[in-house]
Amino acid sequence: MTLANYLVLASILFTIGATTVLVRRNAIIVFLGIELMLNSANLAFVTFARMHGDLTGQVVAFFVMVVAAAEVVVGLAIIVAIYRTRRSASVDDVNLLKS
Amino acid sequence: MTLPAVLPVLAATEEHVTAQAADGVYSSAWLLVAIPLVSAAVLLLAGRRTDRWGHWLGVLASAASFVVGASILLTMLGQPDEERVRDLHLFSWIPAGEFTLDAGMRVDPLSMTFVLLVTFVGTLIHVYSVAYMEHDRDRRRFFAYLNLFVAAMLLLVLADSYLLLFVGWEGVGLASYLLIGFWNHEMPNSVAAKKAFVANRVGDVGMIIAIGLMFATFGATDFETVFAGSPAASEGLLTATGLMLLLAATGKSAQFPLQSWLGDAMAGPTPVSALIHAATMVTAGVYLVVRSGPVYAGAPTALLVVAIVGAFTLLFGAIIGTAKDDIKKALAASTMSQIGYMMLAAGLGPIGYAFAIFHLLTHGFFKAGMFLGAGSVMHGMDDDVNMRRYGALSGLMKVTWITFGLGWLAILGVPPFSGFWSKDKIIESAFATNDGHGWQPWVFGLVALVGAGITAFYMSRLFFMTFHGRRRWSDGHGRSDVDADAPVRHPHESPALMTWPMIVLAVGSVALGGLLTIGDAFAGWLEPVTGHVEHHEPVLPIWLIMALTLVLVAAGAFLAWRQYGAAPVAVVAPRGSVLTRAARRDLYQDDVNEALLMRPGQYLTRSLVFGDRQVVDGAATGLARTVAGSGELVRRLQNGFVRSYAATMVLGVVVLAAVVLAFQL
Repeated sequence: MTLANYLVLASILFTIGATTVLVRRNAIIVFLGIELMLNSANLAFVTFARMHGDLTGQVVAFFVMVVAAAEVVVGLAIIVAIYRTRRSASVDDVNLLKS
Repeated sequence: MTLPAVLPVLAATEEHVTAQAADGVYSSAWLLVAIPLVSAAVLLLAGRRTDRWGHWLGVLASAASFVVGASILLTMLGQPDEERVRDLHLFSWIPAGEFTLDAGMRVDPLSMTFVLLVTFVGTLIHVYSVAYMEHDRDRRRFFAYLNLFVAAMLLLVLADSYLLLFVGWEGVGLASYLLIGFWNHEMPNSVAAKKAFVANRVGDVGMIIAIGLMFATFGATDFETVFAGSPAASEGLLTATGLMLLLAATGKSAQFPLQSWLGDAMAGPTPVSALIHAATMVTAGVYLVVRSGPVYAGAPTALLVVAIVGAFTLLFGAIIGTAKDDIKKALAASTMSQIGYMMLAAGLGPIGYAFAIFHLLTHGFFKAGMFLGAGSVMHGMDDDVNMRRYGALSGLMKVTWITFGLGWLAILGVPPFSGFWSKDKIIESAFATNDGHGWQPWVFGLVALVGAGITAFYMSRLFFMTFHGRRRWSDGHGRSDVDADAPVRHPHESPALMTWPMIVLAVGSVALGGLLTIGDAFAGWLEPVTGHVEHHEPVLPIWLIMALTLVLVAAGAFLAWRQYGAAPVAVVAPRGSVLTRAARRDLYQDDVNEALLMRPGQYLTRSLVFGDRQVVDGAATGLARTVAGSGELVRRLQNGFVRSYAATMVLGVVVLAAVVLAFQL
C-alpha cells in the first residue's frame, strides 16, 4: 500500500468537495463540501509529511484544522443569520455581492 | 559732402546723419501723439455726454497736434542739417534681462514731413467731417476713431524702433477697420472692414518676421542699431528682411498682391477714405521702405522687387480705374496706382526716396482734396456714388467743381500743378535707374510713362462724367436729359465747413509741388535721412521724357473727353470689352484670392475640423468607449452568485495547474 494511494484519495475527496460546492444550493451542504476540501488538503499534507519524513506538513494540518474550526463557527453563524432574515438556506437566493 | 565728378553711378555720398538727443521744443514731440490719443480716450469713455461738443474736441486735438508739429518744424528749419535728426527718449519700454528696448521718438525731416501732412490734412478733414457727419447720431464716435487714427499714425512715423512703429502700424490698422465699418449696421460695410483687416494681417506677418530677423541679427529693433549694423550683415539676411518689410508694406499700402481690400474700404464714410485710404495710412508702406533705406542698401534684390511691385501695381490700379463707375472706387484705384508710383520710386533706391516722399506729399493733398470733392458731390446727390447717374454738375456745385478740377489737373501732372513736379521726377528717375541691368531703366521708365497716360484717361473720365456732359438725373420736375425715370436729385453746393477744407487742399494741389521744388528744396530737406544723391543721367534726354509724358497725358485726357465729355454717357454700363469687364471686377483679383486662398483655406479648415473630430476626438472617445464596453462585459461576471465565483476560482486553479504541469513535463 503505497503512499500515492493516499494522495489519490485526497484528490478524489477534493473533487467531491469542489463538485458539491459547485452544484449544490443548500448552504449547509456547500459548507460540508468546503470542509471536505479542507480535510482532503489535510490528508495531502500529512501524506507529504510522511513521504519526506518532515513534520512541517503535519503542523500545517493542525493549523488548517484550527482555521477550519474558526471558519465553521463564523460560517454557520452567517448561514443562520441569513436563514433568519431570508427564510432560505439556498446560496442562489443570496446574490447581494453583485456590483 | 561732395561727390567726385567722375563717379558715374549715383550713390549715397554721406553717412546718414547721426541722431542727437532731443532738447527744447523737440522734447515736446510726445505731445503730438498724446493729444489726439487723450482726446480719443475722452470721447470714447465719456460716451454720449460728449455728443454735443465731442466733434469740436476732435478738431481741436488734431489742430493742437498740428501746432506742435509746426513749431518743431520751424525750429528744425532754423538749424543746420546735422542737428535735424533728434532722438527723444521717452521711457524704458521692455527691460527684459539682457534685452532692453526704450520707447522713443525719432524726430527728423522724414518723420516731420509725415507729421505735418497727417496733422494738416487730418485737421482739414476733421473740419470737413463736422459738416459731413452732421446728421449721423454717432458723430462723436466717428471723431474718437479719427483721433485714434491720427495718434496711431503719428506714433507710426515718430517711432524710433521697428517694434514701436509696429504698435502704430497696428493702431492705424485698427482705426482703419473701425472706420471702414463705421456704418456696420449694413452687412457689406462690415464685410469690407473685415476684408481690410484680414488683408492687413497678412502683411503684418511679414512685419513680425522682419522684426524677428532684425532681433536675431542685430539683437535690437531700434533704427539706430539696425541701421548701424546693416552694412556688416549678410546680403541674404538683409534681402529676407527687406522682402518681409515689403510684404508688410504691400498689405498696408494696398500694393500687389494684397491690394484687393482698398476698393472695398470705400464702404467707410468719405472723409475716412480721404484721410486714411488716400492721404496718410496707405502711404505708410512707402514710409516703411524709405525709412528702412539702410537695410535695402545692402539688399539690391529686395529693392528691385519693391520697384517691380510698384510698377506692376501702378498699371494694375490704373487699368482698374478706367472701368469703375463708382466714383469712390475709381478714386481708390487711382490711389493704388499712385502709391504704385511711390513704391516704384522707393524701389529705385536712394535716387528715388526723396521723390517717393515728395509724390506722397503732393498726392496726399490732391487726392484728399478730390475725395472730399467726391464726398461733396455725394452729399448733393443723396449719397449716390454711380457716376453714370451724375453729369452736368459743374454749374450747380461751383466750388466743388473748381477744387476738384485743380486736383484733377494736379494728378494729371499738368505743369505747374503739384503732381507735375513730383510725378515727373519719378518718371525721370525711373528712366535713370541703372546699376548694371540694362533693361531696368527702359521697363520702369516706360511703365511709369504709360501709367501717366492711363492716369490722365481715367481721371479725366471721372471728371467729365461727374461734372460735364448730359444731366443723367432728374431735377424733380420730370426734366432729365436722358430718360423719364431718372432718379430725382437736388444737387447743391455743400456748406462752408466742407468747402473750405477743399479750397485749402486745392491751393496745396496747385502750389505745393512747385514751391518745394524751387532749388530742390524738398530733396535737400530729406537729405539727413535719405543721404545726398547726385542725379544720374536718364537713358533718354530729360526734355524728351517730359515731352512724352505731356503728350501721353494730353492724349489720355483727350480720349476721355471724346468718350465721356463730348459723347453721351450710357446710363447703364455697356457690356464692354474683355478688358473692361476684367477691370470692373478688379482684374479678377478677388476671384483669384477666392480660388487660390479662400476656398482652399476653407477646405483646409473644414478637413482639419473633420480630422480633429474623427481622428483626435475619435481616438479619445474610442478609448473611453472601449474601456466602458469592456467594463460592461466584465460586469456580467459579477452576478452575485457565490457558486459562479467558486466555479471561476476552480477554473482558474485548473488552468494554473495545467500551465504548471505543461511547463514542467
